[in-house]
Amino acid sequence: MATTTTSVPSAGPVAGSRSFLAKLREGDEIARLITFLFAASVVLLTLLLVFELWLGSTLPRHKFGFNFFRTSVWDPIFDQFGALPFIYGTLVTAGVALILAVPLGIGAAIFLAELAPTRLSDTLEFFIDLLAAVPSVIYGLLGVFIVVPLMRGYIQPGLKSTLGFLSLFKGPAYGVGFLTAGIVLAIMVIPYIISVSREVLLSVPRDQREAALSLGSTRWESTWQVVVPFARAGIMGSIFLALARALGETMAVTMVIGNTPTISASLFSPGYSIAAVIANEFTEATGDLYLQSLIELGLVLFLLTFVLNGAARLLIVATSQRGSGMGNT
Amino acid sequence: MSARLRWRKFVSNFMLTMTGVCALVAVAVLFFILGYLVYHGGASISWNFFTKLPAPVGETGGGMANAIIGSAKLLLFASLIGVPIGFFGAIYLAEFSGSTTAFVVRYAADLLNGVPSIVIGIFAYSLVVLPFKHFSTLAGGFALGLMMIPITLRSTEEFLRSVPNALREAAMALGASKWKTIATVIVPAAYRGILTAVLLAFARVAGETAPLLFTAFGNRFWSPGWNQPTASLPVMIFTYAIAPYEDWHRQAWAAGLVLLGLILVINIVARGILSRGISVPRS
Repeated sequence: MATTTTSVPSAGPVAGSRSFLAKLREGDEIARLITFLFAASVVLLTLLLVFELWLGSTLPRHKFGFNFFRTSVWDPIFDQFGALPFIYGTLVTAGVALILAVPLGIGAAIFLAELAPTRLSDTLEFFIDLLAAVPSVIYGLLGVFIVVPLMRGYIQPGLKSTLGFLSLFKGPAYGVGFLTAGIVLAIMVIPYIISVSREVLLSVPRDQREAALSLGSTRWESTWQVVVPFARAGIMGSIFLALARALGETMAVTMVIGNTPTISASLFSPGYSIAAVIANEFTEATGDLYLQSLIELGLVLFLLTFVLNGAARLLIVATSQRGSGMGNT
Repeated sequence: MSARLRWRKFVSNFMLTMTGVCALVAVAVLFFILGYLVYHGGASISWNFFTKLPAPVGETGGGMANAIIGSAKLLLFASLIGVPIGFFGAIYLAEFSGSTTAFVVRYAADLLNGVPSIVIGIFAYSLVVLPFKHFSTLAGGFALGLMMIPITLRSTEEFLRSVPNALREAAMALGASKWKTIATVIVPAAYRGILTAVLLAFARVAGETAPLLFTAFGNRFWSPGWNQPTASLPVMIFTYAIAPYEDWHRQAWAAGLVLLGLILVINIVARGILSRGISVPRS
């Protein structure tokens, strides 16, 4: 390995080997080796995780193949495992969550980045960060004891009487179900959308705003037609990030989704998600095929979040660089 | 003022007010959560909660002493895994590595950070529970420690990098070797940030439930040593909240209040430690 940039290159023809020995004596090479081992262990653990998921799901991958994703019978007694209801539940709840969380999150981010004075913005951001730190089981607790009764008593009957002609809002109001899980998820992912979008909006160069204002646009027009489009990719990134969180979220969903593998057009219907079925059935899974089917579900979840997180990171980095590349640090 | 302009100004004011409302709603959620937990949990918290074992199913009373100790042990073991790997890994990234290695390590860390916690649980299950053939504090601690690594690593690296190069050069110009420079100049200069990073990682995993479900499992009694299934606060909240007993719900609220209080206090302390001028890098 080359010497690092900050060290002074020593003169002489045998500088390389001598400096290596000197470094060894001074402990530099040992320190490098030790810290390298720790850094390498991060990579190893990550690779091991992927490997274990892949290896752990061999049986169902061979037995069911692609049918695993297409069939909806989940019957441990007859060793039939189809993941469709879980995939459906995961996607629907995450979709509901995004529909609710994205406008609210972006609105709040615009307020924090464009309108609020720095002091206020930082204070609110501090609270948002605390909100992001609330563990999911707490959201589940509040979901079970507050959101579910509220849904059963007021919101679902209300929706039914006003929008009941849509098949989305049909069926008995159990309280638990897709809609409830989606609402709880929305509350959980809003802080992520706000934090990242605010950051991205703040990186938009000042001249963009000033140019729009000097051309006679109102404050809102400069924000909505100039600043937000400039930061569009980064905001998309924050949404992807939130989606990845929503898909992988376990406890809160498990507690309010109803835990019944159903595919139903109605959002009132109880359902099941990938993470919830793993949480509920993993310790009870008897037989290798059962357990490995659950691990394959874990693999699916891993791949989904892997792709989404990767895309999110690219988008966010691209926007921040675009902002800083134009003379605004 | 033309009607058109008046309309545009009205739209502008209206929409900007709405963004304010959005921000208000988002922040209000935090206070709503806090208020509800204090209201419900505060009423049911008692000395017994901290000192007694859970009462037998069906009886009222009892506490969660075993879960509190269990959580403490899990978090201790998690820190023993997460902090050294994160800290020394970050030193390697910030001070020693070439750009390719750094990219690979960072990529792996970001990947690990994005893995859903339930999948981390599966990993810990197949790596620790299966070979030992039973649930244990070690397995749960391993799962939590794994989740601490990327948070500690990425923020520590950020803080190490924010130490000005002039400090490194000054130390080396005085003849200090590289590791001496790191140990006596760079790490002390960045210690506030590093402490913050560690505390935030700790707070993040303190409330994790999903990875504990099938690693630490649960236990209604004390869990001696490190090789037995153990109770933990988050899993207790989950079990008690979905159980049909009124008294268990009461205790779930109390446990929720204790857990959230702990996490928020750590978060506030961590952010307070940072001197002004350095912002917390996002994990």
